[in-house]
Amino acid sequence: MRRFTQLIQQLETSNKTNDKIAALVSYFSTADEKDKPYVIAMFTGKKPKRPVPTALIRQWATELSEIPAWLFAESYHSVGDLSETIALVLPPARHTTDRKLHEWINDLAALNGKSDEQKKEFILYAWDNLDTQERFIFNKLISGNFRIGVSNKMLVNAISKQSDTDSNKIMHSIMGKWNPGEITYDELIAGSHVNTDNSWPYPFCLAYALEAEPASLGGTDEWQAEWKWDGIRGQIVKRNGELFIWSRGEELVTDQFPELHFLREELPDGTVIDGEILSVKDGQVQAFSILQQRLNRKTINKSQLNDAPIGFYIYDLLEFETKDIRTAPLSERRSLLEDIVAGIITPGVAILSPVIQFSNWEQLAEIRQGSRDNNSEGIMLKKLSSFYHSGRKRGDWWKWKINPYTVDTVMIYAQKGSGRRANHFTDYTFAVRDGENLITVAKAYSGLTDKEIKEVDSFVKKNAIEKFGPVRTVKPELVFEIAFEGIAESKRHKAGLALRFPRIARWRKDKVAAEINTLDDLRQLLASTL
Amino acid sequence: MALITFTNKGIYCKQGDFYIDPWRPVNLAVTTHGHADHVKWGNKGYLCQELTKPVLLQRLGFDLPVQTLPYNEEISINGVKVSFFPAGHVIGSSQVRLEYKGEICVVSGDYKVEYDGISTEFEPVKCHTFVSESTFGLPIYKWLPQETVFGQIRNWISDNHDQMKTSVLVAYSLGKAQRLIKNLAGDTPIYVHNSIANLNEGFIKAGVDLPETIRITPEIKKDELQKGILIVPPALADGKWMKSLHQAATGVCSGWMQVRAGRRWRAADAGFALSDHADWPGLLSAIKATEAEKVFVTHGFVSTFSKYLNEIGIPSAEVVTRYGNEDDEEEEILKEA
Repeated sequence: MRRFTQLIQQLETSNKTNDKIAALVSYFSTADEKDKPYVIAMFTGKKPKRPVPTALIRQWATELSEIPAWLFAESYHSVGDLSETIALVLPPARHTTDRKLHEWINDLAALNGKSDEQKKEFILYAWDNLDTQERFIFNKLISGNFRIGVSNKMLVNAISKQSDTDSNKIMHSIMGKWNPGEITYDELIAGSHVNTDNSWPYPFCLAYALEAEPASLGGTDEWQAEWKWDGIRGQIVKRNGELFIWSRGEELVTDQFPELHFLREELPDGTVIDGEILSVKDGQVQAFSILQQRLNRKTINKSQLNDAPIGFYIYDLLEFETKDIRTAPLSERRSLLEDIVAGIITPGVAILSPVIQFSNWEQLAEIRQGSRDNNSEGIMLKKLSSFYHSGRKRGDWWKWKINPYTVDTVMIYAQKGSGRRANHFTDYTFAVRDGENLITVAKAYSGLTDKEIKEVDSFVKKNAIEKFGPVRTVKPELVFEIAFEGIAESKRHKAGLALRFPRIARWRKDKVAAEINTLDDLRQLLASTL
Repeated sequence: MALITFTNKGIYCKQGDFYIDPWRPVNLAVTTHGHADHVKWGNKGYLCQELTKPVLLQRLGFDLPVQTLPYNEEISINGVKVSFFPAGHVIGSSQVRLEYKGEICVVSGDYKVEYDGISTEFEPVKCHTFVSESTFGLPIYKWLPQETVFGQIRNWISDNHDQMKTSVLVAYSLGKAQRLIKNLAGDTPIYVHNSIANLNEGFIKAGVDLPETIRITPEIKKDELQKGILIVPPALADGKWMKSLHQAATGVCSGWMQVRAGRRWRAADAGFALSDHADWPGLLSAIKATEAEKVFVTHGFVSTFSKYLNEIGIPSAEVVTRYGNEDDEEEEILKEA
């Protein structure tokens, strides 16, 4: 546990990728063999079943620290993280222990099914044997939510460096299903479990946003242009008679989309395709807000199937006749893909994402202006000679998105952030004008520099009108330009509409509150998108 | 008639007709310590403890009308007995004790209860009314003994030396800097920023036993600095100058470093929870030791701390003041300097 605690501290005290990778490499070179697979599982978000509910943990911590519940709540609010709050408010531990990370994890797992009394006894024993830092880690083990700024890619790069193994192989190996209690670190690196399971997806190839002019990319004949669809990126795997649908979050979502299950019969074995899960009605791609009704549901009813029917727009072919063809050029993969799609009998559900024909960049720029008409977010540019890379790689694939919508709003509420931003007012609520009133349209917390956050923070402290728990009502004075990707009707919001992906584009210090947009402006925009 | 009232200029003693740590100009400012949120320019007269005087002269001007009083000695102002007791916050920091017709009131300014090796140790003073800060008035703030924290800092410095990194400790010029100097002094040379060097000179002249340090100047070679320990105020921590150093590693020394969010906010390479303010147990023990019948809570987690005191049976009220912006104030001083 100490070695792992040290790793977490190292990862947290540096914001440089190279330092973090060095810390991970050192960890995987020196840590307990049995601990390593558990750490990989944790960092890639494989959560064990939560053995003790948060409410109980919180209750026991409050009891033990002999503070009233409201004071615990205030402390939590200031810290911004429950595991850390508990670690800090508890009385100092009276003992120490050398128990290993995987032993703690297994002991926690063994609590499932035990009585609350037995659970409490174990948790209190742990708190009394761990120092503040270790306790924080232990509490995170209970919740399973370990977010410490290590991306899958960073972890893979570190393991790849430590074991001198190809990073694609590592990425492939650690994605998906394996049990840290049943596999060794060396087996995981070797990927010995990978071929035994039919479901293994490939890491998605991702694109960077195109900031420069497209003309800087060179000749148009080297590039393939497609619409950038606004849905859920997905990968469909068909092997040995089984069909699996993976989302980009490395989640198996096969059951959520029954409309696509026919592909089990219609795709040949040993085929993996990459595409976009969309809502498609009468051959038209629907807005993301329609698709949203189908996401993250355990059961799907008839009306949802009717209102938001699913389609899959296919981008790429990764595995053909059981062979990994990701290192074949896009032009070859596309032509093989066309053959595969030609073999699909059911019409209109799984279709090729169309290639946009264009002869010069000016023409493509013009076509791009019409992106919103077919509910796409812009254009994807892929080099015809490109491999299907693992993750993001600069140069071969670009997303050339249309500019977001924007609206000028005034800040009316502020709340303290959590995590890194706890103790500063960083979460803001914005309003537009509706006659004499201000009406809330968006909440956003990103897009300002640390310096600007400090400035807003001090404005909030000086101009707070009312206090509702953590929320401050502030004088409507600061004008912000909010960028967003879409707009939808919403019964839950007072404004009757909701913005998608709202974020602060600019702090408009040049504008005053009288100059902000009105609710009517937004209603007109909404009407134009339906 | 209460001995003190809270006005829009500061804490006022009507009977004595003077203010304690006023934020607007008045005739007489009784000053607890030299941090910029507790003492302003423009008062007609100042009264402070002897070791606070060099700070005021340094920061507000050498012709400042300052009168001093040693700890535990009493003077009378319009019949009110005024005396200073050590607050343990920074060198010269004082609690102001007022007594009039048997009623005793103590205004503590900023304080900490742990002895830091350089500031005169905090001394609890029995009183009827106590004015307390609440900077770290939440139960998440419990400091480790300073020897443990200095152990961490020394290990960090020695790791930096091994890795050819330059150790830069970020600390307030008044207080934290002298505490670091006193506790880290040894074979490794300590280099300090101008604002710290100036204060140190004043302290040494006033007789404070402060170890020797070297003022950072452009002439000092980067590899010499790399072998030493650098101490700079917060405003310099993000500047261009840091980039010019040889592989600078920054270690922020502040109570806010107790919490991960605080450490990440400063984007420091290391954070050490070393504070010149009392922690949660420190605040409670100090307040209980005063046996005060009424506690006024100022700057910090004011409402939370005051609510808690009331719940444990110590009558308390919240007070709005202008104290508690040490960060901003330090930056202003540097801009002016």
